[in-house]
Amino acid sequence: MAEPSATKPERPDEESADDAVIVTRALTKRYRGGQLAVDGLDLTVPAGSVFGFLGPNGSGKTTTIRMLMGLIEPTSGSARVLGLPMPRASRTVLPRVGALIEGPALYGFLSGRDNLLRYDAADPTADPRTRRERVAAALDRVGLAAAGGKKAKAYSLGMKQRLGLAAALLQPRRLLVLDEPTNGLDPQGMREIRSLVRELASDGTTVFLSSHLLDEIEQVCTHAAVMARGRLITQGAVADLAAGARGRLVVTTPDAGDAARVLKEQGAADVVVDGDRVTAEPPERDLAEVNAALVAARVRVRGFAVERASLEDAFVALTGEGFDVAG
Amino acid sequence: MSRAEVRGEPAEETPAEETPAEETPVVVPAVVPAVVPGAGQGSAPGPGAARSPSALWTLGLFRSELLITFRRWRTLALLAVLAAVPVLVGIAVKIETSDGSPAGGGGGEGPAFISQISNNGLFLVFTALAATLPFFLPMAIGVVAGDAIAGESSAGTLRYLLVAPAGRSRLLLTKYATVIAFCLAATLVVAVSALAVGALLFPVGDLTTISGTRITYTEGLARALLIALVVAASLVGVAALGLFVSTLTGSGIAAMATTVGLLITVQILDQIPQLDALQPYFFSHYWLSFADLMREPVYWDDLVKNLGLQALYAAVFGSAAWARFTTKDVTA
Repeated sequence: MAEPSATKPERPDEESADDAVIVTRALTKRYRGGQLAVDGLDLTVPAGSVFGFLGPNGSGKTTTIRMLMGLIEPTSGSARVLGLPMPRASRTVLPRVGALIEGPALYGFLSGRDNLLRYDAADPTADPRTRRERVAAALDRVGLAAAGGKKAKAYSLGMKQRLGLAAALLQPRRLLVLDEPTNGLDPQGMREIRSLVRELASDGTTVFLSSHLLDEIEQVCTHAAVMARGRLITQGAVADLAAGARGRLVVTTPDAGDAARVLKEQGAADVVVDGDRVTAEPPERDLAEVNAALVAARVRVRGFAVERASLEDAFVALTGEGFDVAG
Repeated sequence: MSRAEVRGEPAEETPAEETPAEETPVVVPAVVPAVVPGAGQGSAPGPGAARSPSALWTLGLFRSELLITFRRWRTLALLAVLAAVPVLVGIAVKIETSDGSPAGGGGGEGPAFISQISNNGLFLVFTALAATLPFFLPMAIGVVAGDAIAGESSAGTLRYLLVAPAGRSRLLLTKYATVIAFCLAATLVVAVSALAVGALLFPVGDLTTISGTRITYTEGLARALLIALVVAASLVGVAALGLFVSTLTGSGIAAMATTVGLLITVQILDQIPQLDALQPYFFSHYWLSFADLMREPVYWDDLVKNLGLQALYAAVFGSAAWARFTTKDVTA
């Protein structure tokens, strides 16, 4: 409802922050006790993007998000959100940011609707006169309209997650920070959240989405950053990141041995035979020639394709490790 | 460290241009007239309300805070216990005096005024307040105050209030105001329950003050109200202490237990004669001075000392709570 108002203040911010909604410079957090949770983070989230924030559990994602939201004071470095310094400008910035941080937190003895009324009452810019309507609209948007009167302690994890999301959508936002938003949701719920994120993004809201589900990031995000052990490993457009890891040529054939030999002759590297599947790094030459060579060598080809690299391949290529909890 | 100072100053960024714009979506006034009572004051010009929404929304937050506090079963249970104390005292006195002997006749011990109840039911109010003030009342305050911040923290709701953004100073102030409101409510529950039980079980009428003069029942009622207010004010110090403890920990239970533990410790130390140099600084030391309001003329010395001490505790622990809460990393 406030789209016209949301666009107006955008310009000065964007000019000052170079079209980025979140910018951090050498952002560092060392907890008491010396543990370095975030180490010199330089993160840039472009306006209008759906930004995936990836990393194993314990890599510093949540600490970063908490610093961006002004909940934790950085040890050093700076963070700007919507062009303004955090946590100094919390009061100006946060009303335009919806956040779901480390799962939902609710008052169990209140109904879902009363929980939202409570959170809305805490927002200085929220108009009390439109409060009930906005709460009803937010409940409706996350599919909780029918369960709004139920006590929150009777909610399932997925319903709590939806209610947390509704709290982030009480006002029109310029930035949504969603920490693991599909946790606890069934596949249907996940799909709904994904389409909600896309819908919000198409309205011009920047969505900052942290997740450990690479799949999810790949499906909805335009940009991504990868963290491990408190450091930023890479960031950029998802297509570019995935392109970093090259696709692999996959040949399905009953004559795997012959196929492998021919592929090597044709200049393919890293040839791996797995049953009737032979995979290899595609050679530089035209793949039609490669296929012709296979047929000429009387290899019976069932399938011949280049499989696009997934973000997961990119991740493994970048970190040289699996997706494990950092020690 | 610097966050606290910085928070206080008005955000100097761009509110002038953007806040009026933020207010423009308020084009749907049709359906929501009487939802929030506070809405009345700020509803006139849109831009004005958005420019400085503080008064309006702080009231909204306070109202929300009150609802949260008084809709909790725990709060209602505490109030029920407090309401039951005058009932028990009243029934006990009634049974003991049913054969005509004066209450407390055995050794003259027991809470103040107990021997007068059978003559005038209004004295049950004073007796009940004197009986609950040393422990029941401050314990209830300790539970509510201790849970104020720590409870939100352990439930995780604190982070959502702060990113709403409620503002740390305002949230703390609202919490303190709510605890004070609870002090008043708790005291009034005791007083009203005692008044009702006293009127039911015993004769009421003109009464005699400690000084021996007689005052009318109406004036007695006014004194009772004044005493209830003084008793509520006596709890302000414990409330501030509880709130400070509440900012130190992320566990509501730990904060409640610590506050109640401190309360008991101070009460015990207040009984040890060797510590008489320290005792005037214990928040509970002048609590029972409220009885001086039943003298004619009223003896103010200890009453003023009590209120001054409570103000001191509120200032010291209020500041400490503020210093702690505005610089704290919220990781829960």
